[in-house]
Amino acid sequence: MKLKGKVHKYGANVDTDAIIPARYLYMSEGAELAQHCMEDIDDGFIKKVKPGDIIMAETNFGCGSSREHAPLAIEAAGVSCVIARSFARIFFRNAINIGLPLLESEEAVANTETGDILEVDLATGEIRNNTRKKVFHAKPYPDFMAGLISAGGLIEYTKTRMANRRA
Amino acid sequence: MTLAEKILAAHAGKDKVSAGEFINARVDIILANDITAPIAIKEFRKLGVSKVFDPKKIVMVPDHFAPNKDIASAEQVKLMHDFCEEQGIPYFEIGQMGIEHVLLPEKGLVLPGDVVIGADSHTCTYGAVGAFATGMGSTDIAAAMATGDIWMKVPPTIKFVYHGALRKWVSGKDLILYTIGNIGVDGALYAAMEFTGEAIESLCMDSRFTMANMAIEAGAKAGIFRVDNKTQLYTKSRAKRPYLVYESDNGGSYANVIEYDVAKIEPQVALPSSPANARPVSEVANKNIRIDQVIIGSCTNGRLDDLKIAAAMLKGHKVHSGTRCIILPGSQQVYLDALLGGLIEIFIRAGAAVSTPTCGPCLGGHMGVLAADEVCISTTNRNFVGRMGSPKSQLYLASPATAAASAVMGRIASPDEIAAEGGVCR
Repeated sequence: MKLKGKVHKYGANVDTDAIIPARYLYMSEGAELAQHCMEDIDDGFIKKVKPGDIIMAETNFGCGSSREHAPLAIEAAGVSCVIARSFARIFFRNAINIGLPLLESEEAVANTETGDILEVDLATGEIRNNTRKKVFHAKPYPDFMAGLISAGGLIEYTKTRMANRRA
Repeated sequence: MTLAEKILAAHAGKDKVSAGEFINARVDIILANDITAPIAIKEFRKLGVSKVFDPKKIVMVPDHFAPNKDIASAEQVKLMHDFCEEQGIPYFEIGQMGIEHVLLPEKGLVLPGDVVIGADSHTCTYGAVGAFATGMGSTDIAAAMATGDIWMKVPPTIKFVYHGALRKWVSGKDLILYTIGNIGVDGALYAAMEFTGEAIESLCMDSRFTMANMAIEAGAKAGIFRVDNKTQLYTKSRAKRPYLVYESDNGGSYANVIEYDVAKIEPQVALPSSPANARPVSEVANKNIRIDQVIIGSCTNGRLDDLKIAAAMLKGHKVHSGTRCIILPGSQQVYLDALLGGLIEIFIRAGAAVSTPTCGPCLGGHMGVLAADEVCISTTNRNFVGRMGSPKSQLYLASPATAAASAVMGRIASPDEIAAEGGVCR
């Protein structure tokens, strides 16, 4: 799958309270949560984000709580993928499980700024910065995780596992 | 193998596992709360199975917004309650409940050698009893509720060795804040932190829970302690099922070993807005930082020994007139023990408010949310922007001793500034 969008770039250690503040966790629908996505560190994000846009960050994106509301809010805000130097581990699992694509690339983060237009090929991990005419490559997923992603996320993967168990 | 690897190998049905390996691990306990359970239940329904794999191995605790703060949170708790009734899952509500990570060890539901997964990042708390416990999201919990197992990447283990004797008023909270300050909020990313050394052996169980609890604040997958006599004493009377005790092999396969001399560590305060902004209390107390609020409680510091330390500081003193001090016992049992031990009377006479157990203010939910420009010192685990309310509020993290001393002074203060008897449990 190919994605294309404008970059919204953030710093290191963007925590889940910044992605979706806990005061909104009485809701669990993505569309409702998206209205408050990033509001404590980037008020107005939801007004400027367009379908297909890309969130980019430095290290340890998504640190803090285990709330799946964080990737749900990002996905429902229309963001097509998140690119960072590294991700916090629970956020990483949650995003893969629900089907929000994440890419790790030091060089893409080092050579991209807010407002740049990127094209991402999820099959090959190629990240093309159209604004700066540069091409980068994301770190490939381990085989096990690639299988989980191609199965369509954890729920579909588990359905297949359980069907095989019964068979 | 390290302690963490031994537990994971046993739960994956393997003789040996090593860091980086993908395994399927059998789980002993699965946990969810009022924020994460609603999504987990919704995802579970998509799996097309009618029953969870074993209701006795699942625990649900509404604690974040409970007692329900509004209609929307009441609906979430009701959904959770209905699911537990339908499936026969143990469910702990107001009156029976506690903050999940205080309640589960206290009830003997998590034991040494267990693999525990919880839809709450502070699930790592149970490493204090020698379990491999880690936080995950709702969809992971949904899948595990159906299958009884979970995929995991075996984490590398970083060994932390704490040498020497602890200074007065230095508790597990100070050691873990110091450690996170030293290695950073991603200093143990994806790793298991194993806490060892004679200073760790001297810590009481409640201080060990505090340290394991905050392993996630360094990005860790788990924080874990060796089972010793203190652990055995704690778990033996509580356990209702047999358990196995695992030990790291001599030499272990550690990714790194980090050593500290605790004689050099004084009580710590983490400045806004990162747990890694830890500074010695003497440095922070000199800055005359006026505070509007003090919170003593949470899954980090809401246990009996935490309240005993707070009471030692507050006894015979008054909370400063410009400061509100809210104390939240972590469970009904902690509340009762604090009541019988005379602690609640000390708190109320000092002018503190005492709340029913809840996570409440820690995540800016209720029972002590901050206004813009308000300043709070809290025994909780995160001081991110907006964590306790307004994104313009300021949040400092510290131990119960430092928080209670600050409540008396109305500014961030060192425990040494208060005439107090007693000390930190050892």
